[in-house]
Amino acid sequence: MSAQHPSAQRSSRAALWAGYALIGLVLIAVPFAVDAALGRSWVRIMDVALLFTMLALGLNIVVGYAGLLDLGYVAFFAVGAYCYALLGSPQLGIHLSFFLVLPLCAFVAAIFGVLLGAPTLKLRGDYLAIVTLGFGEIVRIFLNNLNRPFNLTNGPQGITLVDPLQVGSFTLSKTYTLGPMTIAAVHSYYFVFLVCALLIILVSVRLEDSRIGRAWIAIREDEIAAKAMGINTRNVKLLAFAMGATFGGVSGGLFAAFQGFISPESFTLLDSIMILCMVVLGGMGHVPGIVLGAVLLTALPEALRYVGPLQQQWLGRVFIDPSDLRMLLFGLALVLMMLFRPAGLWPSKIRKRELKGGESPAAPEATT
Amino acid sequence: MTALLEAVGVSKRFGGLDALTDISLSINGNEIYGLIGPNGAGKTTFFNVLTGFYEASAGRFMLDGRELDVAAPHAVAAAGIARTFQNIRLFANMTALENVMVGCHLRSRAGVIGAVLRTRSTRMEERSVHERARHLLDYVGITAHEHSLARSLPYGDQRRLEIARALATEPKLLALDEPAAGMNATETATLRALLARIRADGTTILLIEHDVKLVMGLCDRVAVLDYGKKIAEGIPADVQRNSAVIEAYLGGALA
Repeated sequence: MSAQHPSAQRSSRAALWAGYALIGLVLIAVPFAVDAALGRSWVRIMDVALLFTMLALGLNIVVGYAGLLDLGYVAFFAVGAYCYALLGSPQLGIHLSFFLVLPLCAFVAAIFGVLLGAPTLKLRGDYLAIVTLGFGEIVRIFLNNLNRPFNLTNGPQGITLVDPLQVGSFTLSKTYTLGPMTIAAVHSYYFVFLVCALLIILVSVRLEDSRIGRAWIAIREDEIAAKAMGINTRNVKLLAFAMGATFGGVSGGLFAAFQGFISPESFTLLDSIMILCMVVLGGMGHVPGIVLGAVLLTALPEALRYVGPLQQQWLGRVFIDPSDLRMLLFGLALVLMMLFRPAGLWPSKIRKRELKGGESPAAPEATT
Repeated sequence: MTALLEAVGVSKRFGGLDALTDISLSINGNEIYGLIGPNGAGKTTFFNVLTGFYEASAGRFMLDGRELDVAAPHAVAAAGIARTFQNIRLFANMTALENVMVGCHLRSRAGVIGAVLRTRSTRMEERSVHERARHLLDYVGITAHEHSLARSLPYGDQRRLEIARALATEPKLLALDEPAAGMNATETATLRALLARIRADGTTILLIEHDVKLVMGLCDRVAVLDYGKKIAEGIPADVQRNSAVIEAYLGGALA
């Protein structure tokens, strides 16, 4: 197997690149196709799906790799969003370039990650979940009340008129026409989010298959054994919290710019749970599964909106309110998942490998 | 001969229980040193104190003539003591190869930046970690299970994987907590050959074991613990005849 013909290798590599190019083209074309077929609101939903993809991948580092159950992850999203909003809105009268603010969002969120991580180092499982849940609520309540003694966050009213992303004179919130194509704000943001999400995917995949990723997974599997192997579990866990928070901070900043308005209401416990569900449903610790989980859990509730009018059309009146149906189906889906696919919709290769048994080609590193 | 590891007056109390009382012993470089004793004698407690999992109530350790910092397990591992566990503690959902690669953590350096950018040095390090892990799996004789999950390995192979993982930290002293527990005669024989080979390749071994035949046949010297005290130390043949040891194992009436 190792004596593969060089030309065959070259052609397989060419095929790989052709595949990437095809995926790239599809990803570029999709928002316009969706716009034409389903309307602009669906492009917006795609934007939100990309944001949640980034969030779920961030949470995956903490929960999926390091095995630390975090129920307050949305706090980092909030920190990123508020960091962006405060430095780019009339609230404090500061308007900095997002090239500067976005890295700052990531950095500030990372600091919050360490702040959460440090006191919880000795906790695991349920105990950690409770503490992180508290942390998430503390952040939200702070944001809700920091309009006194001086008005920092504008309290429950939130911050409005947040600057959109802007490159030179090109403002992403405006609509541009490019020949026959109309590029609306949702399209522009789609591409920005896509690039960020792809970067985060790349970082996740590379970290997973590295010395650091192995240390995270070792801690998840058996913390005591990991210590005995010379892993400094304190530092490695803090790193996981910081990395996860970084992704959350970046997506928070992007969210603030995209929405133009943020308030503490966007960062509730339910959002934390939703992100966790994306990770669990997709397949903990497996990047493609998590992307799938994030996209599905963003798109399906939206698709259910059509159920109301359909009932009206077919049955004459609305029997079940779509929003009730959403929670009902969501709960049902989770129960079915846990029964039939406990490892997630698209679990990692390692479980498949286990099913295959002893047969073991030495292929993995030949592709790099 | 110089002592590789020296324990000086090590004690450990759990509330009112003296689990270890004033244990002093010295392990010479390149020997197999056995630590035996009846159940509850304090052998595993000694291991846990030595490897930083418990904090000693008194006493200290010297490794290679230098004071050993037993404040944290990872520091002990870094100083050159690797251990296995009485009840196997592998990374169950990682492959055998990955388990050993985790063991290489200590002797590699790649950080987040290197991992994300896949720099040249990271890729080279990753390749050498791979090679080293493969080599160690071959060394303990479980190459066939390279890509199997650790938890799906047969029992004896799990024990050997744990040894391979410990060896990956490049220890001066390999501390094994009942490696032959639950093994059948054939498995014990291969284990014995493996331990002899590890020693021949220059690693000192500290062995806790219940299998008296294995200990007596393999160890250069043994120490016997009973109720947290060291009651005998010496070459196996002498220890076997020691009246205090016989009393501890068989009860006072026979002595």
